Amino acid sequence: MTESIFQYGFIIKSLLGALFASITAGLAGTYIVTRRMVFLSGGITHASFGGIGIGYFAGFSPVAGAALFGILSALGIEYLSVRQKIREDSAIGILWAFGMAVGIIFIWLTPGYAPNLMGYLFGSLLTVTNAEIAALGILSLILIFYFIIFYRTIIYISFDEEFARTYSPYVNTIKYITTSLIALTIVLNIRMAGVVLVISLLTIPPNIAMLLTRSYRRIILWAVMAGFAGTATGYAVSYFAGIPVGATIIFTLVIIWVIVKVMVRFAGKGPSKDLRIPVRNR
Amino acid sequence: MSQLFEIVSLAAAYNGNIVLEEINFSVNENDFIGVIGPNGGGKTTLLRVILGLVKPLKGSVIFNTELLTSKQIGYLPQLQTGDLTYPVTVMDVLLSGLMIRKGLFAPMTGPDRKKASEVIEELGLAGMRDTHMNELSGGELQRVLLGRAVIGDPKLLLLDEPGNFVDTNFENDFYGKLCELNNRMAILMVSHDIGTISAYVKSFACVNRTLHYHPSSEITNEQLLAYGCPIQLITHGDVPHTVLKHH
Repeated sequence: MTESIFQYGFIIKSLLGALFASITAGLAGTYIVTRRMVFLSGGITHASFGGIGIGYFAGFSPVAGAALFGILSALGIEYLSVRQKIREDSAIGILWAFGMAVGIIFIWLTPGYAPNLMGYLFGSLLTVTNAEIAALGILSLILIFYFIIFYRTIIYISFDEEFARTYSPYVNTIKYITTSLIALTIVLNIRMAGVVLVISLLTIPPNIAMLLTRSYRRIILWAVMAGFAGTATGYAVSYFAGIPVGATIIFTLVIIWVIVKVMVRFAGKGPSKDLRIPVRNR
Repeated sequence: MSQLFEIVSLAAAYNGNIVLEEINFSVNENDFIGVIGPNGGGKTTLLRVILGLVKPLKGSVIFNTELLTSKQIGYLPQLQTGDLTYPVTVMDVLLSGLMIRKGLFAPMTGPDRKKASEVIEELGLAGMRDTHMNELSGGELQRVLLGRAVIGDPKLLLLDEPGNFVDTNFENDFYGKLCELNNRMAILMVSHDIGTISAYVKSFACVNRTLHYHPSSEITNEQLLAYGCPIQLITHGDVPHTVLKHH
């Protein structure tokens, strides 16, 4: 009896985790993939590992440390690229390795065993707390509202930043806010997929979506659905086969990508022919 | 003829180098001015000063606010600024032109979409509202970007090298469209294709650190000297011919 209640609770937690992960990763992922910011997001992910290490060492929540590191490095990279004082890809490469180095040093210096370290690196649903699922749920709501309210603002800036800058002084502000939300998405999803693999959780679903449609709104919708299919299946397989969850999710997502790619090829449907999901035009 | 704005003893810099000095210049309603001059001579900087994107080191741009405010300036930048593979449609891009008067955050309303549909028709792009930017030909792309610049009903239109991405098939079409627009707005067009634009513009401004205004569209030797190198000049007459400056 207690076992079935535990299992029931675990299934609910898994499903909610999968849902929130796919919503946040679908929205943030569509933004980074269409803006070609995948490498930058990889940099943010690995830089945030520095925060995880400092969290362990100083005895506060590693997730909080990761969030702080993630947001600061994201803003730092955006700032440097706006100022054009340094090549952006070099800045990312440096921050990427520096974050990992800081993380490793502080975890090494932390006395005793670092609990859940493997969970941070490769993802582990068992150690995800209810509070972390709730945080991901809140972030999902924030992102949904943000993308609805600022939909046009986001696509105008992404399509032609120079033109937007001509007519608005708020372009950088919006970029900084959006990038911070991306960093938060990455950090909260690290618990789901792990530092090493989280970037694929953001990158693969929009790429599956872009095989099916070219409309920004539909890319988001398909990405969320593909993400949910991938994460939910990944969780189930991981649970029954005992394989780390992050790896299982990414593996599943790549399989979905291959299947969709082959289906689109055989159906003779390029991305110009939308497989339409009805969405209201805004 | 009423004046839209006046530039008074203006100096401006680009990347720390002074590129414009002692500029005195004014633009009136219905002007169609070709801005010519060598690369690096300050043509684009002049447009950016008028748009308020570059702060003058000295002097000022004075708007006749009864006829022109900074929200009534349409701008067609050089093409390279946009990401054409980005998933946006012709409609999206045209609506983005309404930023000119509505700012970056205003929601789009029914009338906005109606206006965009009108511009799509007017530019001969009927049936393409949901077409994606990377599916357009050069000429179509150019017209969409022109539409983005004029959808906000500007009183002044600034064009930066529109000929750079002209599909030759659409060239006459495009400049013809500009002449039509010129009935509703003043146009300032940066170009180095003097020969082509001389058939359309009403006057010239030669910019090479300083500005010389020539109130007719005929090109003189003096204007060609601004280039400091041999220039090929093609005139549009009954008999097409090419004039090469002595070299």
